Amino acid sequence: MEKWENNKAWFLVLPVFIIVAFSAIIPLMTVVNYSLQDIWGPGQQVFVGIEWFEEMLANERLQDALWRQFLFSGLVLLIEIPLGILIALAMPKRGWGVSASLVTLAVPLLIPWNVIGTIWIIFTRPDIGLFGVTINSLGIAFDHTARPLDAWITTMLMEVWHWTPLVVLLAYAGLRAIPEAYYQAARIDGASVWATFRYIQLPKMRGVLTIAVLLRWMDSFLIYAEPFALTGGGPGNATTFLSIYLVKIATGQFDLGPAAAFSLIYFLIILLFSFIFYQALLNVGKGDK
Amino acid sequence: MSFEWMYWTLPTAIFFISIFLMLCGMLVWELVSPTTERKGFLMIPITRGTRFFLGLLGSAYIHLAWIGFTDMTLWFASVLSVGWIIVVMRWG
Repeated sequence: MEKWENNKAWFLVLPVFIIVAFSAIIPLMTVVNYSLQDIWGPGQQVFVGIEWFEEMLANERLQDALWRQFLFSGLVLLIEIPLGILIALAMPKRGWGVSASLVTLAVPLLIPWNVIGTIWIIFTRPDIGLFGVTINSLGIAFDHTARPLDAWITTMLMEVWHWTPLVVLLAYAGLRAIPEAYYQAARIDGASVWATFRYIQLPKMRGVLTIAVLLRWMDSFLIYAEPFALTGGGPGNATTFLSIYLVKIATGQFDLGPAAAFSLIYFLIILLFSFIFYQALLNVGKGDK
Repeated sequence: MSFEWMYWTLPTAIFFISIFLMLCGMLVWELVSPTTERKGFLMIPITRGTRFFLGLLGSAYIHLAWIGFTDMTLWFASVLSVGWIIVVMRWG
């Protein structure tokens, strides 16, 4: 018997292929077509070659948005991953405290993203918001609608508040999976808290932390709804991330050609990072054996 | 069924048909001699299909870099990309 006999199972993949074709491949082809043409109405287009790519690659606002995006995603990882691990380490290990802290942590994850933006607009308003009023009455001028730095701080605070719980949940799951025997061995050897963390807990959390880094990087690189609701990309362009700028070009100015070229560049960046993280994820823990 | 809304042009049609033909070629190649994972100069264990993906992805970046950094014709970037795909497929 040949092992190729049972190839009928491939037909079960067909529905997924059709769905992906309609939701991703055909739209992507259309975007590629848009990116090489100047379209100013239905049926009215002219082929312009790589002009839009030249224009977009030389576009300073796009370059600024790209560096802003890298800075934002980098800060997100630098803050959320260590903070998430710290909180997970500090969480109770048994008793009613476990459920209580898990439920409390899950609350920000359950709120719709545009609502998160709205919550933080009101929370940080200098006239009626709890945070805004408090910090202004301490003598620190704070207004995220007028000062770029304040807008960044508010956006980061919102992002950290919203997504650190995910890192905590993942890290906590990783910690709970470590057998008690490792800790007993560490105690017998008289290992310090730091040594226990460095040589037992951290290596054992590698898998979940890689997933946390991957998820937080991708999500923060694609972030749209929360900063759009909070600052609308302002003041000026201070918090205009890639997706916000893209939407401005595509549906604000209706420049389909440049927007298509832009989104293809955006897509290629995401594709490269997805590949790198995917490979990292595949090879996680291979060195342990 | 009309495809007018997709705004097809001859160059993009040729582009996608060649990608499709290359994928068909990969499929035939796989049926004739199945791939095995190996490590090349990229230092990660990857299969032939992954190498092909990296070849295409790299080509896209080569073309973008060419558009961004030079004013010369894009054909040079295409020649460079073919070289890159061959290098990755053989030694990647």
